[in-house]
Amino acid sequence: MISIIDYRAGNLRSVERALLHLGVTCRITSNPLEILSSDRVIFPGVGAAGRAMDVIKSLGLDVVIRDVVNNGIPLLGICLGAQIILGESEEDSTKCLNLIPGRVRRFPGSKLKIPHMGWNTIVLTQPHPLLAGIDSRAQFYFVHSYYPDPERDEHIIAKTEYGINFASIIGKDNVVATQFHLEKSGGYGLSILENFSKWDGRVR
Amino acid sequence: MLSKRIIICLDVREGKTTKGIRFKGNVDIGDPVDMAREYYEQGVDELVFYDITASSDDRGILIDVVNRVAQNIFIPFSVGGGIRNVDDMYSVLDAGAEKISINTAAVLKPGLISEGARIFGNQCIVLGMDAKRVEKSRYIPSGYEVWINGGRTPMGIDALKWAKEAEDWGAGEICLNSIDADGTNKGYELTLTSLISGAVSIPVIASGGAGKPEHLKDVFVETGADAALIASMVHYKNYTVDQIKAYLSGEGVLVRELI
Repeated sequence: MISIIDYRAGNLRSVERALLHLGVTCRITSNPLEILSSDRVIFPGVGAAGRAMDVIKSLGLDVVIRDVVNNGIPLLGICLGAQIILGESEEDSTKCLNLIPGRVRRFPGSKLKIPHMGWNTIVLTQPHPLLAGIDSRAQFYFVHSYYPDPERDEHIIAKTEYGINFASIIGKDNVVATQFHLEKSGGYGLSILENFSKWDGRVR
Repeated sequence: MLSKRIIICLDVREGKTTKGIRFKGNVDIGDPVDMAREYYEQGVDELVFYDITASSDDRGILIDVVNRVAQNIFIPFSVGGGIRNVDDMYSVLDAGAEKISINTAAVLKPGLISEGARIFGNQCIVLGMDAKRVEKSRYIPSGYEVWINGGRTPMGIDALKWAKEAEDWGAGEICLNSIDADGTNKGYELTLTSLISGAVSIPVIASGGAGKPEHLKDVFVETGADAALIASMVHYKNYTVDQIKAYLSGEGVLVRELI
């Protein structure tokens, strides 16, 4: 059973539909007992960091997510979920969950269109079980104005070029997160979701 | 590097995909859910469903279409047509759409853009804009005027000015339709597309006039368009998405090809 954490942040149902399509059992929930008793947890989200953290804290989910990580349950962050697992975000100057040390920064506004919206490639900086069977030319769907910037290179799994080279997949132990939308990235997005549905949380 | 997006527009009327010319005279051309699945398999990057009846009575039919599309298709898609308030936005997003396109309602009540952006995020709100070439004047200095109600009502508003304002109101993207080019199959309105895409810092989708793959190359090479909307060239099976992408790729335009 995969729990999709419900903090009223948009793309929950899209993630659920993708998992149902793959035949993976899942539920959308904000119940701590349900979340902590699941095999895997997905932490999705679209929208603004400040508002998201407010809701997470008001529901006590910050504590629950830390427990998920400490209990060794595989955790997958998607989009905003890949950002607020870092220490802090420049968006609304928000203190975040700090599961992985680092900051969330805004794309430098110059000639670049913001948001970074559309299909882009990723370049792996280290192997990860989630990326098994993914062609190096595969493209994924991004839509974001801020990007994850982990403090340590060891927490970067893949990078993507958009004006700058930013971390598009980050991870630490049983936590992994993609800035792009797995649920909207066609066949390869579904493949990564499927890999996650079988992942034991071990990197090596 | 970010790829240029190819977006297919499906005009939906009473649950059927329909196609008209210059906003007049429509013929039904298929089931939107089946067509969406076919285009998804061909490798389209995004879809737009435009509700051209847009009367509140038929809203339920569109929501059902959106729901069924969302169960089978795992790429972004947006819904436009007749969205007048946040409740309308919520219902299409909840049914599985990624983005909402607002056009007439945004012109009449720009606050709707910011309201939607605040609740759902800027990336959710696409400004649809129908623009028509006119004589340059004090009121329309760019020479392009905004029309609403599906291209039926001129507003006396300058298209360039409105694009910048919509960005300030919080639109995350602009879908720019040329009324002059729409339905002609003779190519996009490159001057208009350059003008608008060069003036805003949000992505711009070129729309209206695509008839062959060369037209997409022209709009990507000669303007700052981030995406191109197509309809009849694929609806009438003159081309498939993979053919268009193979051509563009050969011409040096970066696109997402199925591997």
